Amino acid sequence: MRRLSPHRGGDQDLARLIRTEKEVEGKFTEQWLVVEEDALDPWPAGPLATVGRPAARVDGLARARGEVTYTPDVRLPGTLHAAVLRSPHARARLTRIDVDAARRAPGVRAVLGPGDLGLLTDEPGYHGQPVAAVAAESFGRARAGLRALAAEWEPLEPLLDPDEAVRRGSLVGGPKRYTRGDVGRGLAEADVVVEAEYRTQSVLHNALETHQALCVWEGGRLTVYTGTQFVWGVREEMAEAFGLAEDDVRVVCRYVGGGFGAKNEAGSFTVIAAELARRTGRPVRCALTRREENLDSGNRNATIQRLTVGARADGTLTALRGEYVCALGWDGWLPSTAGPLQMLYACENVETVEYGARVNTPPMKAFRAPGFVEGTFGLECLLDELAARLELDPLELRRRNYSHSDPTDGRPFSGKNLADCYRRAEPHWARRDVVRARSEGSWRRGVGLASQIWYGGGGPPSYAWVRVGSNGNAVVVTAMQDIGTGTRTAMAQIAAEELGLPLERVRVELGDSARGPYAVISGGSSTVSSMGPAVRAAAGDAARQIREIAAQRYQLEERVLSLRDGRVVSANGGSWPLEEVTGLLGDAQILGKGARGPNPTGMRVLTFGIQVAEVAVDVETGEVRVERVAAVHDVGRVVNPLGAASQVEGGVIQGLGHTLSEQRLLDPATGEVLTQTLDAYRVPTIADVPEIAVELVDVPDEHLTNLGAKGLGEPPIIPTAAAVANAIRDATGADVRSLPIDREEMLRALRDRERALAGHAG
Amino acid sequence: MPLELTINGGRYDVDVPVLATLAETLREELGLTGTKIACGEGHCGACTVMLDGVPTLSCITLAHAVGRRDVTTIEGLRDHPLVAAFVRADALQCGFCTPGQIVSAAALVHDDPEPDGETIRHRMAGNLCRCGAYPRIEEAIKTWRG
Repeated sequence: MRRLSPHRGGDQDLARLIRTEKEVEGKFTEQWLVVEEDALDPWPAGPLATVGRPAARVDGLARARGEVTYTPDVRLPGTLHAAVLRSPHARARLTRIDVDAARRAPGVRAVLGPGDLGLLTDEPGYHGQPVAAVAAESFGRARAGLRALAAEWEPLEPLLDPDEAVRRGSLVGGPKRYTRGDVGRGLAEADVVVEAEYRTQSVLHNALETHQALCVWEGGRLTVYTGTQFVWGVREEMAEAFGLAEDDVRVVCRYVGGGFGAKNEAGSFTVIAAELARRTGRPVRCALTRREENLDSGNRNATIQRLTVGARADGTLTALRGEYVCALGWDGWLPSTAGPLQMLYACENVETVEYGARVNTPPMKAFRAPGFVEGTFGLECLLDELAARLELDPLELRRRNYSHSDPTDGRPFSGKNLADCYRRAEPHWARRDVVRARSEGSWRRGVGLASQIWYGGGGPPSYAWVRVGSNGNAVVVTAMQDIGTGTRTAMAQIAAEELGLPLERVRVELGDSARGPYAVISGGSSTVSSMGPAVRAAAGDAARQIREIAAQRYQLEERVLSLRDGRVVSANGGSWPLEEVTGLLGDAQILGKGARGPNPTGMRVLTFGIQVAEVAVDVETGEVRVERVAAVHDVGRVVNPLGAASQVEGGVIQGLGHTLSEQRLLDPATGEVLTQTLDAYRVPTIADVPEIAVELVDVPDEHLTNLGAKGLGEPPIIPTAAAVANAIRDATGADVRSLPIDREEMLRALRDRERALAGHAG
Repeated sequence: MPLELTINGGRYDVDVPVLATLAETLREELGLTGTKIACGEGHCGACTVMLDGVPTLSCITLAHAVGRRDVTTIEGLRDHPLVAAFVRADALQCGFCTPGQIVSAAALVHDDPEPDGETIRHRMAGNLCRCGAYPRIEEAIKTWRG
């Protein structure tokens, strides 16, 4: 039996082997866990010596100077380059392919056709699906090899309409049904019922580093260099794909040029590179071009949301109902689009159904809060349409339906400070009158808000080691990845805090499955919340050993010793530089190990927030400008306020792209993807960015881990679109219901508004 | 085809095909991998270098078209105060676009040592950052001298 900190909640006297719940991107699994975590007292709230204080990225200088090695910068002698033949049609049958001709092409060393690898197909179901692959001495030679394949196709009629797919029963996932209470009764009790249909578009991740892998075999063992969000997941997938023991696969990922959910898995490019490397006996790189990236590296799926809300005159919600049709593409999984509607507000009667339509478009992948970004747009616009009908203040409407426990199962929240977020949003919300008064000519101005709920509690397993050498400096070792979120920095801060060291005396070594223990995926806002506690535990283990050594050396009781400011400090007076204690050891090292403990039993761990957007709309041209966004989020303890603010700003900016300009366009007849380049697909530029005010509640979740920190990567992108749409309603009275809000959508909403007013008048 | 280039003040002899881009030549022939290729079609700015001080997209510039112009890459700007300013302001997240941002910014502050927000937004709009570090990039450029 091990005793955990009494502040942890749940069962303190946990057995070593327990059953616990794990959540990633809203997907829950139960798993066995050996509890290795030692009891560490929770740190007090607020800024400590290092944790909670702004820290510049520990790898910032090396990244900014262009010194670090991303996957495209890794060089191995003798590397071959792969090119992939992809279907030019949304649905087709391959009628001819000349593999032998490609094999004879200059510089070509290996060719894979359909049948050589499970993921290569002669009946592609989407534009961009891999059909064949060539490895050659250069990428140019490999592309020439593709042309030598002289593929011919019989195009087939694609299925593109997700509603039609649902009618035909063409589904990847679902239908997923959820009911609580009785929606019929709830609607009967309502004084006002609002029904609306919302649509969200498919958007593309477009991390600037394209997906790629460099694979090499050595003695029957595979090494994969790749930019990934999950070193250990790639290891597992590749071991399975090639029938290897997992320890015979090494995954190296020291730096990643962005991911946003699209790099959660190994991907076909990694399997293709590994198979070509196996056949040629040489290292093979398979790197997607930008155009391939926008065809076959994932996307946020489009949705159609048919929503109904019923409420009493005082704003109390009596019923919420939603039908969600998610156009997942040819493959994928059904994210929880109904999640916000089920979880964000207290409402007794809720009914949802979600369909994951299988259509002939590229498969979706997780994209920064999958499902919740789309679902929050629908729900939070619907709430504002209701507020308008009830003539209630939108913020007050949300307050009146505040949930104090998880409405889906009654579980208490481990920590919920959404009310505090609302309070802190008030000054931003109160700017409404001033903003509206700045309307002039055809430019109307308004303010809107939207709430946010998401996961982000992380979970076990995750492990870290901390090594302290005789110079008293510490190295954190763990085989995790930093996709650009500042993981190295946050982990260094946590170890520095626990060891009482300045930040510059801590290094973090990560990104190599052969050189560190198992670590969590950098997805689902789970990195800091999963990995941070393990790093603190490992540093705590090392600190305990240092205190033990110091106690013996200076003949003191261990309990009077603590580590701070790079010194071992005695409560009875006296202190010694850490290196004086560790210096006794010569070449010996102090090795601490730590593991992520379980999440609190019987509690729901979630993140919350609210954003307030200010917009200007030109009602003559339909141009929409977002002028200011205030983002207030509750993610528990904030480890690095500087990095956290950057994350929030980045999430808001990506959210604004989703709201206003980004859209994967298809040829409506053929299903061909038209937006393959970064001029056709419009991500925000520096000129598109409004003022962004970031506020973090920064209260440790007292029930969650020895750190009390939750994830922040995803929450800030969730409410942005709805906040902007609601601001547009405030400015113009028009109900925007479809993303992106381009001029066409804006003018449509304005016309509908005029027609409705004329109808009333007539 | 043989070619002589002046890069960051040094002379380089390379032998690259007529159609080789400057970006490929820097990265593959000379090992100057600080210059990144993110789109390869001149849409994102990650490959930005300077030719005689003018920000230029190296992924759509032929190496043989450089001529006698001086090439400046991020490797030649490693000690530029902008680098420290970017780190201080947290003007990078994943860092993949950052070398290109810094090259563009270095050309900007050379032309206009105290650019206002509008100038920065205008001059930097060709450098995409998918992580959305833009507010801090603006901040870094405004405070580049420390």
